[in-house]
Amino acid sequence: MAEAKPANAAAPETLLRVEDLRTWFHTFSGTVKAVDGVSFSVKRGEIMGLVGESGGGKSVVGFSILGLIDPPGKIESGAIEFNGENLKDAGDARLRDIRGRDIAMVFQDPMTSLNPLHTVGEQMDEMLRLHTDMDAGQRQARCVQVLEDVGISRAADRLKSYPHQFSGGMRQRVVIAIAMLAQPKLVIADEPTTALDVTIQAQILKLMRRQIRDNGASMILVTHDLAVVSEMADHITVLYCGKVVERGPTDDVIRRPSHPYTRGLIDSIPNPAHRMARLKQIPGAVPDIRKLPKGCNFQDRCPRVGTLCRESEPPLVATGARAHACHFPLKEGETE
Amino acid sequence: MSATFLSSEFFHNYKRNASAITGSIVLLVFTVIVVAGPLFVAQDPYDVGQLNLLDSYKPPVWLEGGDPRFLLGTDGQGRGVLAGILYGTRVSVMIGVTAMLMSCLIGTTAGLLAGFYGGRLDATIMRIADIQLSFPSMLIALFLMSAFGTGIDKVLIALTAVGWVVYARTVRGSTLSEVQKEYVQAARVAGLRDGKIIRRHVLPNVMTPLIVVATVQVGTFILIEASLSFLGVGVPITQPSLGLLIKNGFDVLFSGLWWTSVFPGLFIMALVFGINLFGDFLRDELNPRLK
Repeated sequence: MAEAKPANAAAPETLLRVEDLRTWFHTFSGTVKAVDGVSFSVKRGEIMGLVGESGGGKSVVGFSILGLIDPPGKIESGAIEFNGENLKDAGDARLRDIRGRDIAMVFQDPMTSLNPLHTVGEQMDEMLRLHTDMDAGQRQARCVQVLEDVGISRAADRLKSYPHQFSGGMRQRVVIAIAMLAQPKLVIADEPTTALDVTIQAQILKLMRRQIRDNGASMILVTHDLAVVSEMADHITVLYCGKVVERGPTDDVIRRPSHPYTRGLIDSIPNPAHRMARLKQIPGAVPDIRKLPKGCNFQDRCPRVGTLCRESEPPLVATGARAHACHFPLKEGETE
Repeated sequence: MSATFLSSEFFHNYKRNASAITGSIVLLVFTVIVVAGPLFVAQDPYDVGQLNLLDSYKPPVWLEGGDPRFLLGTDGQGRGVLAGILYGTRVSVMIGVTAMLMSCLIGTTAGLLAGFYGGRLDATIMRIADIQLSFPSMLIALFLMSAFGTGIDKVLIALTAVGWVVYARTVRGSTLSEVQKEYVQAARVAGLRDGKIIRRHVLPNVMTPLIVVATVQVGTFILIEASLSFLGVGVPITQPSLGLLIKNGFDVLFSGLWWTSVFPGLFIMALVFGINLFGDFLRDELNPRLK
């Protein structure tokens, strides 16, 4: 499958389209609008970075796509179209079919995302038994092959090992292998390297990118780490308080962010080239999502805040491949 | 496999724990009694044809008038006390273990469902459990037995009705924390059905604390059954358990015929003592918080 390059992506086929998704949690202390009107799309072969602080609703997006939102959570409105199919209204049986086979997920913590009581081989086999009609020999061969693909040597022996016999990095490789087993069209990676050692992070990221490319799959990379996204993703969608504040091609967004929040995220990445006395940070914390202020959600932390920001919520304005939701967007070259 | 067990931390601690060794020796003796008890006595105490009223109320063999055929003496029907105990232990242990298994099955299922699905189902199951826990278990068992009448099957039902709550609460708690773990999420994301996730992924991970609960509960159940039988609402007279033997002897206890009651009592004590010693050891070993 040809790689989709965002630069010449005039109209490549869209694999996933999320339109105005609202996933709300109705708790006793109020409604948490974890995802509130989020739209984005993922093209075939593309890696889409979903960025935001913790509590920004990033993971909820992933679970919404898979239809795994439990009460008190509920997908209130919006459309989720995957491979031309409406997932939001798909039945439970159909969704179970899609999960794991068409859409796989890689979790944050490799220490807990494998069941400690089953061998790696059993856990891989379970996936294949569920989603393919291979016989035992074929399944075994496929498991060995995928484990080797993710760089685990003596794969046939390692199938008999338990998760605790692997190191953290190796476990994440296993998790990735399990995700790739049934050759999914889309992989949702939820902070896949956050729990890993920094030296391992780069290896795992490289591995994931190669796996995605080799399988012709697409990926949604959910992370708070802009550095990771800028390495990996073709497109970025920045979320703040459950809303898209900025989106566009990765290089473009990193080089010329429009939204002060994106700017803040970029500035808070340590850069060895610019030795600063103190790393820049975004002041304050994410507001209580049950008591969002009137107007822009970012107003209390924004260096560019004006009266308009406290009056009305900025709409998401698209210009070309980019979009931003800010009354006073940064112009090119502007720092703050 | 045995090599790994013998070199395991579990076995290492076991060797150094005198009460664990005592407990397991007692349990071993009782296992032999349960399995092979009738082989040790010539008389079948349930076979009326083998009973002779002339043998009634013989004292233990070391007292004056003792009969070497009846090591621990006889009761009013000429039934050997030892024979009664050996057969009665079987009944007691069988009831304790079966009721434990039944409670475990029902309680674990209820706890898994409550913890996994939460919401209204959880609230319903746990409120029933709370209500049940607000009554003494003996009271509930007594009430049920007086409603049902005597019989081993009814004792089992009464004990299960009392015992499932512990499992339900323990399992629900561990399930709640297991469900948060990513491998359960991963299983859902992989497209597994709920039933399979519960059986393959949650259940094995919540089993460990149950081993302790189950062990100690066998002891508790044996005692409750003994109490019920002593009060006359337990097992039928045709299948006397240790508790019923005590009751039968109790009528003549103060006439100096103490052996008919005291020996079954000592056996119950030893049995429950052994179970509890071993259960304490298991609790210390299997509970990571006490380590």
